[in-house]
Amino acid sequence: MLTIKSVHTYYGNIHALKGVSLHVRPGEVVTLVGANGAGKSTLVNTICGMAKPARGQIELDGERIDGLAPENIVRKGIALVPEGRQIFSTMSVEANLLMGGFIHRKDSEQLREDMKRFYNRFPILMQRSRQLAGTLSGGEQQMLAISRALMSRPRLLVLDEPSMGLAPLVIKEIFAIIRELKEEGRTILLIEQNARGALRIADRGYVLETGKVVLQGEGRELLEHREVKRAYLGKGAKQIWEA
Amino acid sequence: MPIWEPEKECMSRGDLRQTQLERLQATLNRVYRNVSFYRQRFQEINFNPEDDLTELGDIERLPFTRSHDISDCYPYEMFAVPLREVVRVHASSGSTANPRVVGYTRQDLRNWSNLVARILSSGGVVQDDVVQIAFGYGLLTGGLGIHYGAERIGASVLPTSVGRTERQIKIMQDFRTTVLVCTPNYALVIADRIDQMGLESRKLSLKYCICAGEPWTEGMRGEIQDRLFVKATDNYGVTEVIGPGIAGECLEQCGMHIQEDHFYAEIIDPDSEKVLQPGTKGELVLTTLTKEAFPVIRYRTGDICAIIDEPCACGRTMRRISRINERCDEVVIIKGINIIPERIGDILEQIKGERPMFQLVATRRGHEDQLEIWVEVTEQLFYDKMREQRALLDFMCKKITNFIGISPRIKLVEKGSLQREGGSIKKFVDRRF
Repeated sequence: MLTIKSVHTYYGNIHALKGVSLHVRPGEVVTLVGANGAGKSTLVNTICGMAKPARGQIELDGERIDGLAPENIVRKGIALVPEGRQIFSTMSVEANLLMGGFIHRKDSEQLREDMKRFYNRFPILMQRSRQLAGTLSGGEQQMLAISRALMSRPRLLVLDEPSMGLAPLVIKEIFAIIRELKEEGRTILLIEQNARGALRIADRGYVLETGKVVLQGEGRELLEHREVKRAYLGKGAKQIWEA
Repeated sequence: MPIWEPEKECMSRGDLRQTQLERLQATLNRVYRNVSFYRQRFQEINFNPEDDLTELGDIERLPFTRSHDISDCYPYEMFAVPLREVVRVHASSGSTANPRVVGYTRQDLRNWSNLVARILSSGGVVQDDVVQIAFGYGLLTGGLGIHYGAERIGASVLPTSVGRTERQIKIMQDFRTTVLVCTPNYALVIADRIDQMGLESRKLSLKYCICAGEPWTEGMRGEIQDRLFVKATDNYGVTEVIGPGIAGECLEQCGMHIQEDHFYAEIIDPDSEKVLQPGTKGELVLTTLTKEAFPVIRYRTGDICAIIDEPCACGRTMRRISRINERCDEVVIIKGINIIPERIGDILEQIKGERPMFQLVATRRGHEDQLEIWVEVTEQLFYDKMREQRALLDFMCKKITNFIGISPRIKLVEKGSLQREGGSIKKFVDRRF
């Protein structure tokens, strides 16, 4: 579904992505793990149109999407649950959801139906539908952010660090939600620092190190891999055996 | 016949190319970081994987790796992980100055078992089979490679190893072996012995014979199939690349499917080193895409074949390579052992301090291959007394056996009698086919 070929992205002088290729097939959960600064978020930004790749190409179902504006990429069917949730905190929960469905705004029937579905799934959001989103707890905000993204009826859901800044119990809940989404057959690209949690859910994973993919494989294979632990712990220093 | 990993073995060519690109990038990033041999070679041509590998075709810029590069890095210099990550070490038959040593991480072994499982499945093996493995167990990759793959399928494995043919046959009969894994010649040796013992092959439970390890012909396949009442398939392995598991025939018997999601195959003209189109015969060059402990980049196998780029009736989308009957270097393959004639010369030279004129001759007695070494007699090699003469030949034979692992017959011949070609002695004469 999503195919990325040799993408290079720069932030000013910084070469943040150095020829990254990856793919996500329909119905798959693919995770990207790596230490801080490995380029995970840059890749998300590049996929979603917030950063422009200098080289390489990104295809969604065979159609080039690199270089498109973020709103057009949403129309093509990619929705992002951004790092730090980024909900509209001064708007009500309901307004947040409607904003998520902005591209379908002419079809109010569908929006209402979708909203009802998310209220059923997360009753707490229904209870707080008129409340300002900023007053929600971290976990509730994350549920809202995920629901908001799904309101655009995406083909591919990109989750950027969904567990960040949440309490361990809440993280468990968020991972349970992701697992449910997977069981529904949704296609997900999951970016996580919590490599263990992410790889347990994922069908496949890629390990990024300083802007390059150095390892890829099935989730459970990577889970046991020593180098993953190293990447996750962020040991950038060379080991003795590295010439 | 079931396909072991249909989602991979039957993936579309587009998906395959994407997978190959991703894996090649990861492999090159890793060797560039971890293996000084490759880093130097890449730096010499100013190639940095993170900048210069945009498409698969960019691999053609990279230099080849040859077998002597690997023996020069003896034993561990080419490993891409520290030894504590390595859980298995194998080595090629000791026919070069230093054997070529390869290592496997835990993940490599998992992948390897899976690849061999694919090949055994394509040759007909299923969980219910009883698989007799008559390959040598040891530093060579054949025995253990097949063993792990057969266990991965869940078949019952009989690790009988090589030799003791009558015992092999007794086991085959009593343990109701359904799949025999051995060199094609050994399959025929077994057939001969079954006849001599007055047994009937048709009463055995054998269904399939998985053959590899040496060049063989369609004629031999026919004979194995007719005499052992089996379906016989060919498969291909190279120690330096992984061992068995690189390519294997399906029951259509029309070429060996390369496991292209794990190996990138090219065919080159051995002289001009240009990459050739599918369908053209040339030297097979392999790059590993998933190996961690011992990745190899553009390894020249020395084996001559063509890539068959046509759909196969079995449904697998992986392209095939044609049967391998020739080599483009001097390596002689007898009983699954690779022998370089010059190395034999080195040993003969050690014995008397002088390099004799010699020639390797492969012969076939019945169905057994035999290596003969014909040496032109000189003053130094000649004794008046029969006993001393015999002792010298025995000593030579022992020295060489120690080195290559099979025992040759040594024949002294008259000066100037060896077959010459353009003034120099032909190093190898094949009288098997």
